[in-house]
Amino acid sequence: MESLSPARLTALRERANLVRQGIVRALASAGSGHSAGSLDMADVFAAFYGEILRHDPTRPDWEDRDRLLLSCGHIAPVRYSAMAYAGYFPVEELLTLRKFGTRLQGHPERVRLPAVETTSGPLGEGLAQGVGMALGAKLDEKEWRVYVVTSDAEHQCGLHWEAMMTAGKFELDNLTCVVDRNFIQIDGSTEDVMPLEPLANKYRSFNWEVFECNGNDVAEFVAVIEKAKAVRGKPQVVIAHTVPGKGVSYMEGDYTWHGKPPNREQADEALRQLEAERERIVAGNG
Amino acid sequence: MASADVLETVASMRLAEYRDAAVVKEVPTRNGFGEGLVEAGKRNRNVLAICADLVESTRMEAFKKALPAQYIEIGVAEQMLVAMAAGLASVGKIPFIASYAMFNPGRSWEQVRTTMALNETNVKIAGAHAGVSVGPDGATHQAIEDIALMRVIPQMTVVVPCDAIQTKRATLAVAERFGPAYLRFAREKSAVVTTEATPFQIGKAQIFRDGGDVAVVACGILVYNALVAADELAKEDGIACTVVNNHTIKPMDEPAILAAARRCGTVVTVEEHQIHAGMGSRVAEILAQHYPVPIEFVGVRDRFGQSGDPVELIEHYGMGTAAIKEAVRTALKRK
Repeated sequence: MESLSPARLTALRERANLVRQGIVRALASAGSGHSAGSLDMADVFAAFYGEILRHDPTRPDWEDRDRLLLSCGHIAPVRYSAMAYAGYFPVEELLTLRKFGTRLQGHPERVRLPAVETTSGPLGEGLAQGVGMALGAKLDEKEWRVYVVTSDAEHQCGLHWEAMMTAGKFELDNLTCVVDRNFIQIDGSTEDVMPLEPLANKYRSFNWEVFECNGNDVAEFVAVIEKAKAVRGKPQVVIAHTVPGKGVSYMEGDYTWHGKPPNREQADEALRQLEAERERIVAGNG
Repeated sequence: MASADVLETVASMRLAEYRDAAVVKEVPTRNGFGEGLVEAGKRNRNVLAICADLVESTRMEAFKKALPAQYIEIGVAEQMLVAMAAGLASVGKIPFIASYAMFNPGRSWEQVRTTMALNETNVKIAGAHAGVSVGPDGATHQAIEDIALMRVIPQMTVVVPCDAIQTKRATLAVAERFGPAYLRFAREKSAVVTTEATPFQIGKAQIFRDGGDVAVVACGILVYNALVAADELAKEDGIACTVVNNHTIKPMDEPAILAAARRCGTVVTVEEHQIHAGMGSRVAEILAQHYPVPIEFVGVRDRFGQSGDPVELIEHYGMGTAAIKEAVRTALKRK
């Protein structure tokens, strides 16, 4: 694949920044929700909606679209924000997050917002559904692909391993799993709560092709997905190393931001930092 | 409801000669599922059969042989069974997923709730080996809580057919009805009381016998026991029972339940399930709200099953004809 042009890369990085700003505004408006994981996956979701996915925001039910599943539904704000900036709905709708009557439920519901593909929140279930979709595509000889974004901690769920085994059995090379490897979960470090390492070897032993990348580098993520798409006969996993709370100084690396939103003052500070970063990106100094 | 109308309704059921022990056929309800599934798969190539390592005993084997391209084996992984099927359904497939009812939906309840029901996907659960009549396998394999687990979930259709022929009909019916569904059937041979001419419609309870004293509302293979008990009560005590085959637990046929209660003034429910939160409990909810009458419940009374001969277990746990007759007599006294 040709690497991203400088202009394209700048646009994607600016998109990721705007997605982060949308996350902060939505979470502050909601008064509850998950900050750290939402912010650290902004680059990945900006890359998906801005570069990787075959999709059409005006036709969310397009049969031949790629399917992007968010297994760890609690980081819904990043998906909603990325969708808004991709044109699925007005950016201002992000302020309805978690409020009565909204399409932007605290955890995503497909029936209320079909473009989210699945209803998620209970952890460990996304890959299993992605396996079903990828198998369906194979049965019908369809070209579209399935991407499943997972948290690292949900690899503690048994069902995820059932899904890994099944994907290996059916050689689902149209399926790519992305792991948000931020090493945090509600109760602390993943390696203290229930160690996941050696995660890459675990995937390999389940007959997956393994890639690792900096999940906060848009260019690197886009490039690694291109490599994953070229794999034949095996599902692929991209272990995306991320910094929880990425982009907001007082949240970065602090697991206590896993499950809480910024208050109004904290949000203002976050938006100030993010806007300054956006200006640096656009000026070519970011 | 006028008696003549009711008699006509009973005649329209075109039941088998279940009263004649010499001619009554005994076929496991799971066989009806196997036959219905093959037919559903031939009618619609989007129908898939997915099994969790129980292809023979859930009777998916015929489908596997006849339609191998529509068959998927995923091993002993019941949560996967549900969630993967939800994924397949969301891209246009109609997956039937089979295991023992104890494991699916017993083990997979949250996946059923989230990925099938809340997600409104067109997945059909085939719960095999339900009830204590599984027999020698014992309590671990005897699902007697599954109706409760499924009927509490919004969007879910829950069907417990009364015999092998009706299980085949129900299998075809749920295949054609969009939405998540639970179909429950049993392991052992049981009496075939319906015929190919017996009508079947999801959500439409059936009056199999008419009488003005006590309404016996039953589901599953115990419908036969209810019919036998009703015949014996008529002969021995002169008690006239209405027997309702209440095969659809959800959405339940409220008008039919209310009509039976109005006609008889007292009700006995019969199910191979815990009496708590099962079919009888739903009947009680309907009657308590709209037409309170005395109710007796035949079913398992807050206990687990155990190993044994199926008939022996049905008797031991109070679901044989003697227990039904006793419940009818009690219900009659309470009128």
